[in-house]
Amino acid sequence: MSIASDEFGGPAPPRRFKSPAPERSSGAGDTIFKGLTGAMAALVLIVMGGAALAMLWGGLLAFKTFGLRFLWSSDWDAVAHKFGAFVPIYGTLVTSAIAIVMAVPISFGIAIFLTELAPKWLRGPVGTAIELLAAVPSIIYGMWGLFVFVPFVATYLEPWMNDHVGTLPIIGPLFSGPPIGIGMLTAGTILAIMILPFITAVMRDVFGAVPAELKESAVALGSTTWEVISHVSLPYTRSAVVGAIFLGLGRSLGETMAVTFVLGNAHDFSLSLFMPGNSIAAAIANEFTEADSPLYVSSLIALGFLLFVVTFIVLALAKLMLLRLGRMEGAKT
Amino acid sequence: MLRTILAVMAVATVAGAAGAEQITGAGSTFVYPVLSKWSADYSVKFGDKVNYQSIGSGGGISQIKAGTVDFGATDKPLSPVELAASGLAQFPVVIGAISPVVNIAGVRPGQMKFSGPLLADIYLGRIKKWNDPGIRALNPGVPLPNAAITCVHRSDGSGTTYNWAYYLGQVSPVWKAKVGAGTSVQWPVGVGGKGNEGVAAFVNQIPNSIGYVEYAYVIQNHMKYGLVRNSAGRFIGPTVAGFQAAAATAHWAHAKDFFLVMTNAPSAAGYPITATTFVLMYKHPKNAARSAAALKFFKWSFEHGQADAAALDYVSLPPVLVKQIERYWATQIK
Repeated sequence: MSIASDEFGGPAPPRRFKSPAPERSSGAGDTIFKGLTGAMAALVLIVMGGAALAMLWGGLLAFKTFGLRFLWSSDWDAVAHKFGAFVPIYGTLVTSAIAIVMAVPISFGIAIFLTELAPKWLRGPVGTAIELLAAVPSIIYGMWGLFVFVPFVATYLEPWMNDHVGTLPIIGPLFSGPPIGIGMLTAGTILAIMILPFITAVMRDVFGAVPAELKESAVALGSTTWEVISHVSLPYTRSAVVGAIFLGLGRSLGETMAVTFVLGNAHDFSLSLFMPGNSIAAAIANEFTEADSPLYVSSLIALGFLLFVVTFIVLALAKLMLLRLGRMEGAKT
Repeated sequence: MLRTILAVMAVATVAGAAGAEQITGAGSTFVYPVLSKWSADYSVKFGDKVNYQSIGSGGGISQIKAGTVDFGATDKPLSPVELAASGLAQFPVVIGAISPVVNIAGVRPGQMKFSGPLLADIYLGRIKKWNDPGIRALNPGVPLPNAAITCVHRSDGSGTTYNWAYYLGQVSPVWKAKVGAGTSVQWPVGVGGKGNEGVAAFVNQIPNSIGYVEYAYVIQNHMKYGLVRNSAGRFIGPTVAGFQAAAATAHWAHAKDFFLVMTNAPSAAGYPITATTFVLMYKHPKNAARSAAALKFFKWSFEHGQADAAALDYVSLPPVLVKQIERYWATQIK
């Protein structure tokens, strides 16, 4: 008889015996299970679609009254019944951007430290401490922010930035303004602290899951630790890392209580990060229960719908970025 | 043994709950300190509990219109037309005052003097620094810094805001044209805090800031309040005598459904920013027992709650007004 080979190059088993038929599968049970799990997956999509449609329906009055102008108008006048979403959208995007810019490098550093550099006895306690940060309720962050962080920012950080960073050519106007402490920079910083544990936890798990053979092979070929991280670990875990970042971003886009304590809830647009602003979640939380006219309520619901849209766009960008990175490296995503 | 104890406890809870009514209310944060004191004393004496959520006047109005609470409390009175459309009755329950508060180093409580137009200009953003000549003219000896003013206002819909904005509209035509009065207005400048508590917290945290809070919060948080010049030209501080003088000039007898805003009262010794809190209840309530229990609670508060109200620096309603309210109940709320 001919010696065939299996996929590992070893000898194939002799083909004298037929493979046994799958006797233990009962067709009905499998079908029911498949249907049930399919229904649950469909339920998630239905609930999400339903929520989006409900908000679109509720915000229809505002969209019809203001049209596309709703997106870039910075009015918010309950007496004259004129509303515009620009300031809340801008505040949401800016505070989340600040949070991501601050949190991602720090999370990355913590994850690398915990997986590559820390001595084994330190990994447990530090890892637990990071995870405890995630367990702190967001309103505690808001209170800590208002009573501890805001005075610090107003007394030391903002005056220093006014003098040293506010005078630089292009980014100067972003970092100069009255040092009241409450504003987009403070809110962004507190958001960064809040999303840090989520990003760190996922990054640490995926960096730990890189197969040891890959890392050892790289080291055997003469790579430094940094080259192992940047050329082996990161490409291997690329989609999970991007997923972690967008997990954190998603949380910061929707964060309400911590932001409303320290953002200032002012419907004014200003370029300076020191000035107070407003975010979609904070505006809805503050004003929904007291919105006294149908147009006011509809404008707030329309804001909620726009938050949905913003989150969706951000996630779509994440997927696109992953797809492009994957194509560049020839891998399938 | 354990089972007996558990059974006795269960019976006692059920029995205890059966007799007492649970009256729910929501609305103005302005009135929250005195309502919670009254409800604590009332439940000790009579067993009925009043559960009051201070979510803001706008919230109180929408919750009573939605029928989720037994009474709503609002500092912004509804017009008789609006009341008739929703089947609601309205009556005043307590009179309080709104005080401008500042956070300036070296300034003592009661030292700053403001006039109505000055407050309007500060909140319009026309006066930007504390050492502006307009402020210095009224406050000669006060150490005013060369610092930007941070205005603190309410971020949520509020009857306190309504009375404040209404007063500023009465004394400043520019304010009336540009901003107007409402439970939520488009503030030209400033940061927003949630509730009277939020404004107090922000003013305490931010140096060189000014805010407006209900007077009970000023006392509880030891804030630096300012005096305000009334329509007779005198600088009056927030004292019970000042509130009572202002309340005495309000013409309640002529107001249908008590629809009257009493800021800038034409009284020589009256504090100019006094405000009334109103309670809204259904004329034909769905739950008549709870509505009747709520009316009993308010009747007791009018007759026996004056000491509590005075201790918290509110003004109890004058007896003539209480009689008018009780006649209103008899005719309007069945």
